[in-house]
Amino acid sequence: MKVLVAVKRVPITGGKMVLTDDGQAIQTRHLGFTISPHEECGVEEAVRIVEAQGGEVVVLTLGPPEAEDQIRECMALGADRGIHLVTGEEWDAQATASALVEAIDAEGPFDLILFGNESADASGFQVGIRVAYALGLPVVTGVKAIAAADGRARLEQEVPGGRDVYEVPLPALVTVKEGLNLPRYPSVPAKLRAKNKPVDSKPVTRPESKLEKLRLVVPEGQGKQAEILGNGPGAAPAVVEVMQKLGVA
Amino acid sequence: MSVALFFEANDELSAQALTLAQSLGEVRAFSFEGPYAPAAWASALIDAAGDDDIVGPGSERGNEVLAHVAAQLDLPFAANVTDVRGDEVTRQRWGGTLLEEARIHAPRKLLTAAPFAFAPSDSLLQAETLRPDVSGAVQVTEHIAPDTGGKVSLADAKVVVSGGRGVGSSEGFAILEELAALLDGAVGCSRVVTSAGWRPHTDQVGQTGTKVSPDLYIACGISGATQHIAGCKGAKKVLAINADPEATIFAHADYAVVGDLHEVVPAITAELKKVKG
Repeated sequence: MKVLVAVKRVPITGGKMVLTDDGQAIQTRHLGFTISPHEECGVEEAVRIVEAQGGEVVVLTLGPPEAEDQIRECMALGADRGIHLVTGEEWDAQATASALVEAIDAEGPFDLILFGNESADASGFQVGIRVAYALGLPVVTGVKAIAAADGRARLEQEVPGGRDVYEVPLPALVTVKEGLNLPRYPSVPAKLRAKNKPVDSKPVTRPESKLEKLRLVVPEGQGKQAEILGNGPGAAPAVVEVMQKLGVA
Repeated sequence: MSVALFFEANDELSAQALTLAQSLGEVRAFSFEGPYAPAAWASALIDAAGDDDIVGPGSERGNEVLAHVAAQLDLPFAANVTDVRGDEVTRQRWGGTLLEEARIHAPRKLLTAAPFAFAPSDSLLQAETLRPDVSGAVQVTEHIAPDTGGKVSLADAKVVVSGGRGVGSSEGFAILEELAALLDGAVGCSRVVTSAGWRPHTDQVGQTGTKVSPDLYIACGISGATQHIAGCKGAKKVLAINADPEATIFAHADYAVVGDLHEVVPAITAELKKVKG
């Protein structure tokens, strides 16, 4: 199986969102970076499929030059090579999808293409679906179990009140969610091997945004004044009183 | 000007989406019968909507169907919108812990309403039922009911007792389990806990886990990363128990107990038993 996983470099935000002075981005000077949790599970799943059935795992990203770090992280999990569309700007979902489609088309067909259900940062819920339409592939979203073999895939999607099952022919595009698997912790040799795996980098130019970001805003309500019920176990009666007031005890 | 609404179900999120739709114009609502097939449903919604704006709930299916609509029409789609001003919208990023103000460059709007950003509309609504032809379309072929072991589910629980790094181990959750059982509640956890393998991912509350909306959310030994807050901000009230008085979680809490959860939680359980007799 030839499996492609699309990933996105995002900051590890911790407890508080702090914006740059122009309100265009999160202040990341003191932050680390990663890929979205859903996508990490996508990479792990792709690697497991290829370990079991043979083939190749290719990681595709659109992002700044530093996003190569995230491609290397995916390689440490077991991905074989990377395609990096390099841009210093943030792209909207439509433009991102178009650029990814062009890159995928140039690579020839994949049996399975994995995306995260939504990116951690922009949370647009649509790039994978748009790519599937452009490539003419069936698409299933929010998947938490994949069984792919013999040209077909059985997919389970978590819904309120259980799981919905889909069966699609391959090739297909699947967007996945965290919980699909528990990604491995990369070993030191795997990290070393990742440094020498091939990354194909090419600059791309952003078209005009149809959903144009004007500015980011930190929502109100961060910084509530909590009512202190007490310190240590001595607070228990006050806690139970609150529970009774709320009608839950 | 009229607006087409994807009326997913007679539930709170669809009623909230109706409020957003009503703010944009006269609403024509469409509900669906038959197996869920997002591409086919989107096509039917497009046919029914004409040139109208299309609004949906900020649910999994709402965002999925609207994304299919957007892909079929090759138009921008703003997911989880909290406000609309002409051709500008405010929408949620990072699971709602950050907002984006954006301008839509398109002849019509495709939007979903962010969960709990709008009061549910109490208008009586006659939704037109669509029954799209789903033959050959990607569709749900089977439904698997969850094995909850008779316990209340995390998403439906009125009380959620949730543990973070401070719980310290898989075994440490026993005291949270006991308190939750006493309150007919469910046990949740933060992402640190599932990554460490202490609890299954199905227990995870957060941006990439379950989004909960209980009457009371009890956060025990949870620092309050945005990843976690995105999952519990639907709670009516939050009680935080943390040994660190500077923990970020207290900025998101209605009630605070500063102390070691390993002492505080059993004390609450004992007090509850005493009061309940």
